[in-house]
Amino acid sequence: MKRVATLIVRRGAPAEGVSWSRYDVAYEPGQSVLDALRRIRVDEDPTLAFRFSCINANACKECLMLVDGKVVYACTARLQSREMRLEPLPNKAHIRDLVTDIAPPDERLSNARNR
Amino acid sequence: MVYHLRVNRETTHLTTDVLIIGAGAAGMSAAIAAHDSGARVMLIDRSLIGRGGATVMAQMTVAAALGDEVADDWRCHFADTIKAGRGLCDEELASLVCEQAPAAIRQMDEWRIGWARHQDGRLRQAEAPGHDRPRCVYVDFLNTGPAVSRTLRTQVQRRPAIVRIGELSIVDLVIADGMACGAVGFSVTEGRTVTIAAKSVILCTGGLTRLYACNSASVNMGGDGYALGLRAGAELIDMEFVQFFPIGHLAPRMIGMDPIMWDPFRYKLGGQLLNAEGREFIGDYDRIEEGHYRATRDVATYAILKEVAAGRGSPHGGVYLSFRHVGADKLRAAFGPVIDRLQANGIDLTREPIEVAPIAHYHMGGLRVDAALETRIANLFAAGETVGGANGANRLSGNAISEALVFGTAAGLKAATRAHGQRGRAWSEVAAQETIALIGGGEMKRANPASLIARLQILMDERVGPLRSEAGLSIARAEIGAMKKEIGDTPPPVQSEFDSMRLDWFDLRNMLFVAESVVLAALARRESRGAHQREDHPDADSRWLVHQTIRLDNGRLVLDALARKHDAMWETAE
Repeated sequence: MKRVATLIVRRGAPAEGVSWSRYDVAYEPGQSVLDALRRIRVDEDPTLAFRFSCINANACKECLMLVDGKVVYACTARLQSREMRLEPLPNKAHIRDLVTDIAPPDERLSNARNR
Repeated sequence: MVYHLRVNRETTHLTTDVLIIGAGAAGMSAAIAAHDSGARVMLIDRSLIGRGGATVMAQMTVAAALGDEVADDWRCHFADTIKAGRGLCDEELASLVCEQAPAAIRQMDEWRIGWARHQDGRLRQAEAPGHDRPRCVYVDFLNTGPAVSRTLRTQVQRRPAIVRIGELSIVDLVIADGMACGAVGFSVTEGRTVTIAAKSVILCTGGLTRLYACNSASVNMGGDGYALGLRAGAELIDMEFVQFFPIGHLAPRMIGMDPIMWDPFRYKLGGQLLNAEGREFIGDYDRIEEGHYRATRDVATYAILKEVAAGRGSPHGGVYLSFRHVGADKLRAAFGPVIDRLQANGIDLTREPIEVAPIAHYHMGGLRVDAALETRIANLFAAGETVGGANGANRLSGNAISEALVFGTAAGLKAATRAHGQRGRAWSEVAAQETIALIGGGEMKRANPASLIARLQILMDERVGPLRSEAGLSIARAEIGAMKKEIGDTPPPVQSEFDSMRLDWFDLRNMLFVAESVVLAALARRESRGAHQREDHPDADSRWLVHQTIRLDNGRLVLDALARKHDAMWETAE
């Protein structure tokens, strides 16, 4: 039997109330949670939103999220053949799905608009 | 999934003197230079400022004829650059890089980047393949790119007049009366349309490595600047020359590490590149390495792929890189904490070799500019990897950050001068209208743009990689045409904040356009030179010592041949 990793992902934006999506992805040893998220967007659900830039190099530091309640980089968290619960960072303003507002305040469009 | 439509439909209009698109080393250098010349500067990026792009990913070295390690002269660096470029370097641009690089490195040193030093204070310079002497500075351990990024970012932040905006994706430039006068894009987080009036624009968006499935770049390296420039009326040059980094990490699976990390290992420790028979094979294709690291990237890439094709590859389709002969103490002394990170990935270099294979790394081609970094569209400049021509058919190791710093500074100065002068064109709402309509419109799609991006990346790996043929390139051209039809002319409608699907659509629009440019130039060049190797035309042909340029004419890409500006230097180097 093929082994599966099940990602249970917090969806939606703040005004929409909490909902969850469940994705079963083929489990391959050695993969990161970010690998699985990227594959979900390609194979199944392109609307799923999460941040990443450098792709598994742990250089951009954008993919911070909660995995099973712990703050981790999705690119260094190993995918496991079980249910894993993914949520946005709790201490940042929530934008949508796994995306939070981690941009420095003086690098946001709203700041430029008010100058 | 049902979305509540709370996305802001208002348009924001901003004004600046110099608009810089892309906030890597080139963009930040341009911003500092333009600001210090008295211009109002706006620095924007589609990712977070200083996080995306190639700079932060550069773990390797920066080439400059400083003469700290051994005596050196910028002309020697220039000669090596020209030689590596296989006859096609734009010598004005290449000499600008080599002559100005030492000052750029010293400036970064003053800004406390932390270059590795000898005890007597001289900077340490490593010898990288293709250089005639030790010339490449670095920051330990594997920290060159992040240190460059951080240092420039601090300098930008110390200039509060520089307006920084992250998460702003530019869809098109605004051109009126043949002059650049701004840009139109949208906020990734809010979805709202943003128009920016500027007296001059500098494209610093990096290269196109995201076109390939196996690459060493960030997600925002989809060739945006090339597409923006082409649609604005500028020309591309040398688009067939995509550099593959020969020893990208292949196996065992490793996470949280940059796939190009083995280059600094080779600079410091040599290492052996072995085929399945356990034999060093580079000498079969070029000069013998003998535990040193000498073969240039084009040669090493070619040799590795030929070994794999001959059935002498490693299990995952690459070759072996071994440091077993080096010893644990020496490994630890050279790379300290990196050794622990490798161990966390189950990799023990004293016991086993790792597997490596070529991955897309850098683009030699790009926007055609003059010696002042200006395109043929007035007030539209380019800097860094977005510029084509300086590196010819193959870039020398260590020249990418040098060119980002040097070109960034030069373009920033020039763009600021231009903004002070009278030759500006006022913002044109009329010229911006088409792009504003494109962003505001949209239709529901059946196609998944993320899937199409993945399909394009595999196609480019398979058909437009380092080894090419007319048959493969023709298939790629047809496939790209079919994918263009699939994505259509309008984006999916704005549905939500941080709308990834929409961002993918705009990325794919640029990626397909740029991929088509690479294929077009690669099909036409019926010879093998540097990074462009044609299996059906395996030899270099001196009749092909010409550039190819690409322009957009009534919606179609048109290829033209362009004579080299110089040839004397190349002939001497031979």
